[in-house]
Amino acid sequence: MTYDATFRVWRGDDEEGEFADYTVPVNEGEVVLDIIHRIQATQQPDLAVRWNCKAGKCGSCSAEVNGKPRLLCMTRMSTFLDTETITVTPLRTFPIIKDLVTDVSFNYEKARKVPSFTPPPGLEPGDYRMQQIDVERSQEFRKCIECFLCQNTCHVLRDHEENKPKFSGPRFLMRIAELDMHPLDTLDRKKAAQDEHGLGYCNITKCCTEVCPEHIKITDNALIPLKERVIDEKYDPLLALGRVFRKDKAKKG
Amino acid sequence: MLSPGRARIPQKTLRSDRWWLLPTVTVIVLLSFVVYATWRAFEGAYYYASPYLSPLYSPCLATSCVPGSTDLGTPIGSWYVLSPALLILVFPLGFRMTCYYYRKAYYRSFWGSPPGCAVAEPHKKYTGETRFPLILQNSHRWFFIAGLIFNCILTFDVIIAFRNPEGQWGHMGLGTLVLLISATLLWFYSLSCHACKHIVGGRLKHFSRHPVRYRLWTLVSRLNSSHSMFAWLSLFGVAFADFYVRCLAADWFTDIRFF
Ligand code: SF4
Ligand code: SF4
Ligand code: FES
Ligand code: FES
Repeated sequence: MTYDATFRVWRGDDEEGEFADYTVPVNEGEVVLDIIHRIQATQQPDLAVRWNCKAGKCGSCSAEVNGKPRLLCMTRMSTFLDTETITVTPLRTFPIIKDLVTDVSFNYEKARKVPSFTPPPGLEPGDYRMQQIDVERSQEFRKCIECFLCQNTCHVLRDHEENKPKFSGPRFLMRIAELDMHPLDTLDRKKAAQDEHGLGYCNITKCCTEVCPEHIKITDNALIPLKERVIDEKYDPLLALGRVFRKDKAKKG
Repeated sequence: MLSPGRARIPQKTLRSDRWWLLPTVTVIVLLSFVVYATWRAFEGAYYYASPYLSPLYSPCLATSCVPGSTDLGTPIGSWYVLSPALLILVFPLGFRMTCYYYRKAYYRSFWGSPPGCAVAEPHKKYTGETRFPLILQNSHRWFFIAGLIFNCILTFDVIIAFRNPEGQWGHMGLGTLVLLISATLLWFYSLSCHACKHIVGGRLKHFSRHPVRYRLWTLVSRLNSSHSMFAWLSLFGVAFADFYVRCLAADWFTDIRFF
């Protein structure tokens, strides 16, 4: 069952760009990335697209299809009508390189600002002992394939370039939550989450969760729990009082 | 959106689905509730039809409360002349306003921040919840605790609704059932709260050292995944219970008595 689909693909670079229309044959079982490849093979050999695994696991092919941030390789053509025009655009939040390829280095810079897992001093790799129930919660976050669709969709970054220095985005706040929940991690990451990574900018509107191809419940399971942890440390007068008392006791005893 | 370096795509969104439907429905439903609740709160009448007290007026703490509605006493006294609902509404209102789910709902639908995912927001500047007043959203856990106290009071109202209009025990009417459903939904709403999830166990690093709290956390987490549903259902539950009591109090119809 083959039909001709109409594609509108954004072509351009950081200086200019426009939509180009293509009519391309589509076969049963294909995904959007197949069609982009067909345009490349038969009509526009210089069309730029980044991809790698074609299995939804490398996170390279992030783009926007009909305005929705998606993985090109996991977006089935069967979800569209034969008559529909399918618009494919690059991620909007990051600098454009060419056509569908953006420069996502913002994310790597933010990643480097999160201190890595810090076990207690003297505990060597290989000697870590943990209960399954203690690590279960943060294992969900390790499904992340670093496609940065969440980073691209989050309105804090997408609509406000000026927030980029102050806000690390859902992917890295989730990383902080993961480490803060880790039974063997010794760093206190809550203050940094709020002050350096901008957790307060997140208004829990859940678009990161909506677009995550790994279906990680980023907002409910990482960001809101992290907000609650920050409140423990920064905004809860009763708990602050409790800490003062405990310190006093520790000093006396 | 059109910041230097980014692809120059002028459209605010290229989404072709009906992303605006949900925020529109949210605005309509929430606004209707606000209008109804404001009218009822200021009305100051028709909130008690023995043995039922409307949840919007419970507890009724002023001397001006209608006879029979003040089972918890009248500590406020007689100087207070406005509607007794206004004394207490700040607690349930604050609870819902700072609820993580409602925040999402009204930020998106009323404030357009963002109106939909991958739909540009209309504001030039954005500071989120980093400053006054929105930094006060961090007080949600205190409202959660206040909410628990209210739930206990409303549960007490259900218990005393197992009387007949003359005050004899062991009776039940449709109103009892309405209050019971409303209070039950409120319990589900409170217990599925994110602050609740954090307090019972979410803040722990080592679940294995706290088996009971781990169990509780697991339970609350399960409820928590339906928190938005409970948020809506409990809102409707309260509105309907109030409306039912109003109908009885205004003699629009009489309560159906079961036994
Ligand atoms: S929930 Fe927070 S981090 Fe996720 S998209 Fe919304 S504002 Fe961004
Ligand atoms: S959290 Fe989900 S959306 Fe974000 S980078 Fe990881 S896999 Fe992609
Ligand atoms: S090509 Fe690897 S995720 Fe799409
Ligand atoms: S999160 Fe909704 S009531 Fe607490």
